[in-house]
Amino acid sequence: MTGRESAKSGQKPLLSLRNINMTFGGVRALKDVSFDVLPGEVHCLAGENGSGKSTLIKIITGVYRPQDGAVIEFDSQTYSHMSPVTAQNSGIQVIWQDLALFPEMTVAENIAFQTLLGRWPRFVNYNAMREKAVKALARLGVTLDVDRPLKDYAIAQRQIVAIARALVGEAKLVFMDEPTASLTQSETDHLLDIVRTLSASGVAVVFVSHRLAEVLEISSRLTVLRDGALVGAYSTDGMTQSRITELMTGKTFDQTVRASDVGASPVVLEVEELSLPGQFEDISLTVRRGETLGITGLLGAGRTELALSLFGMLKPRSGSIKLEGKPVHFSSNRDAIAAGIAYLSEDRLSLGLIQPQSIADNLVIASLDKITVSGLLSDTRKRDLVAQWIADLGVKIGLQTDAISTLSGGNQQRIAIAKWLATDPRLLILDAPTVDVGARAGIFDIVAKLAETGLAIILISDEVPEVYFNADRVLHMAKGRIVNQFLPADCSLAEIEAAVYA
Amino acid sequence: MTTILNRIKVALGPDMAGPGFALIAVLVIFSLASPQFFSWATFGSVAFQLPELGLLTLAMLLPVLTGGLNLAITFTANLAGLTVAWVLQQNGGADAGPFAFLLGSVLGVGVGALSGVVMGLVIAYTRAHPILVSLSMMIFLRGLGEFLTRGGDVSGFPAFLQPLGHGSILGFPVPLLVFIGCVLIWHLLLTRMKLGFNTYMIGSNIEAARYSGVNTRKVLVLVYTLSGAMCAIAGIIMLARFNSVRVGHGESYLLITVLACFLGGVNPFGGFGRVIPVAVALVVLQLLSSGLNILGANQHLATAVWGILLITVMILRFAAGHFQSLKRKKG
Repeated sequence: MTGRESAKSGQKPLLSLRNINMTFGGVRALKDVSFDVLPGEVHCLAGENGSGKSTLIKIITGVYRPQDGAVIEFDSQTYSHMSPVTAQNSGIQVIWQDLALFPEMTVAENIAFQTLLGRWPRFVNYNAMREKAVKALARLGVTLDVDRPLKDYAIAQRQIVAIARALVGEAKLVFMDEPTASLTQSETDHLLDIVRTLSASGVAVVFVSHRLAEVLEISSRLTVLRDGALVGAYSTDGMTQSRITELMTGKTFDQTVRASDVGASPVVLEVEELSLPGQFEDISLTVRRGETLGITGLLGAGRTELALSLFGMLKPRSGSIKLEGKPVHFSSNRDAIAAGIAYLSEDRLSLGLIQPQSIADNLVIASLDKITVSGLLSDTRKRDLVAQWIADLGVKIGLQTDAISTLSGGNQQRIAIAKWLATDPRLLILDAPTVDVGARAGIFDIVAKLAETGLAIILISDEVPEVYFNADRVLHMAKGRIVNQFLPADCSLAEIEAAVYA
Repeated sequence: MTTILNRIKVALGPDMAGPGFALIAVLVIFSLASPQFFSWATFGSVAFQLPELGLLTLAMLLPVLTGGLNLAITFTANLAGLTVAWVLQQNGGADAGPFAFLLGSVLGVGVGALSGVVMGLVIAYTRAHPILVSLSMMIFLRGLGEFLTRGGDVSGFPAFLQPLGHGSILGFPVPLLVFIGCVLIWHLLLTRMKLGFNTYMIGSNIEAARYSGVNTRKVLVLVYTLSGAMCAIAGIIMLARFNSVRVGHGESYLLITVLACFLGGVNPFGGFGRVIPVAVALVVLQLLSSGLNILGANQHLATAVWGILLITVMILRFAAGHFQSLKRKKG
């Protein structure tokens, strides 16, 4: 844990913000926030969605201008506000979650193109670009073929390219926005190693992540925001995940194992030796009424493909699926929905919901029959149905006709769940349903209540604690096979984590 | 005052603001410029000219709402017209009876729908871009039509078809009544029917719609089929109006239908747009060209003014959006 060495107090901060205020259309996005980053440290900026993290980063990088009275000190210079140019020239770099890279261009071009901007004469020196790129990657201890187009590389390597680009810009301070969101555990570990290398070479890194385990592992200090206000800055020594959650949400969550025994309930889903070569092999499982079956494993373990096969969107090669004792064959997901299976996609933004369309339309899309009166859709029925689900699931919305994209992630996910509940499912498959820490508890409260009503639930997640605390039984999938079964009531979280992350 | 305006806005929908404003502007400007403009004669000529472009625009609207395009509309219309003409000629040409016309119309709509089915199937199953698919269909239909007619006109229809193109019922031109009927059917389809609902959803995000259990292929095939059938209705009206069929009839309408959709507030990328504002936008375009005609302007100049109008609309929309986001930022 080399990052911790720089956490000594009394050091002069590299970046120091005071009196930061920001208002958007009457909403105070930031209230009197202060923020310090020490040279060469790994610092975590924590907070729920909408707590002001992104706004703060955008002020530091000059995208937004804070209200008067703000003091920004960076590298012994004082500013009342930044501009994107001064921020970059003085050595502040951001790696946004979407990375902002060019997939069609080579690795070298991606890393070094910024150094070409504004130069005269406007020629491109490819040799110099290659050299710079190779040097930057070497500093990170990584070798990539800099002449290959970026699109040949997976997301984990692209992340590294983005970091290398920041280094070429002679960064003293690098912000990383949710860098591990799409990485597997081993890729994450590799990325964290690179962050440590960076920190050891004197570059300060501010890490924005909602994966608390990582936050604790990598950072030496932690600043927590809640509703646009500073909660405090803390050392990560002695900090626990539940304490951070508490600071972020202002509530205490006592996570307890919910697992219960449903051994006597009737079987809803019975899968026998289901195989789809290349995706999953020889899967047998059962889910009973009122049972929540957790499936965990790394990305690429075949979890989503298995779920899509149960939902009729992929055709398994062999094996059988029985629903309440009767064998079923689905030729599309419409058959599966009609049979009472619902699947909440892991990709809420592009597959789960139709972002530009209204809240109401997103909610009723899978159950249009319910709002049809003598062949025509009824607006009144739609309004009533939507109002009822919004009340039942405690969703906060403005108008039913507002675009669903105007809702927070947690509220969007509730609408997505409501969409499926409106189809009267017998089995609900939830693929990575959580959005952020605060919304997580709300979502799982809903899931627990649904299980009590007798709904069979399959909960898929790559975060072991999620299935441990919310499922009655946990299956561990690896390389397309079920390799293990755990009963959370009889084993510890650490046992399962050790098996999954091994 | 503002509350009344707001209430009207809510009742009409936000996408009505642009076409509504344009309609008022055109009426006011031309009434001031020429005393002859605000007269029955003007509205009469608009009422007779509107339906051809209008029906073709309805045929364009559905594919545009799914995020696609149907470039074959005018040739589909004329091929359907040719089908009707062929049936009439087989049954005595100018002496053909109403039954022959009815039979011809059914076959014509069938031909239009068939062109749509083929495009819909290709687009739904191969996921080829609708521009390419409908462009291919357009070239095929043009070639086929020119081969069959040897590039000339087909004419000599029975006299009872005359009222369909030029007659009036209770003072309303028959083509206009047909158009209004089709507008109402499209309005019902898009606001109250599952197919319409799914058309919008597919237009915004076809994969998310598929994951929600929408039969996206079926919706696409039906959308193009209905588009083709609507082309056929346009083709039959054109046959009656011109008293002849020619493969190239109305060719210049093709891109104007796209622009009429856009002027009517339809999102060019799909997912949003309503029928009534599009109909109002069509009235605006037609009033504009009639008004310029009355002022003595050249017909080609009128087309140029349409172009300028549409560019102005784009700039105004950008400005309005910019102004709104500024307002939001400042609170």
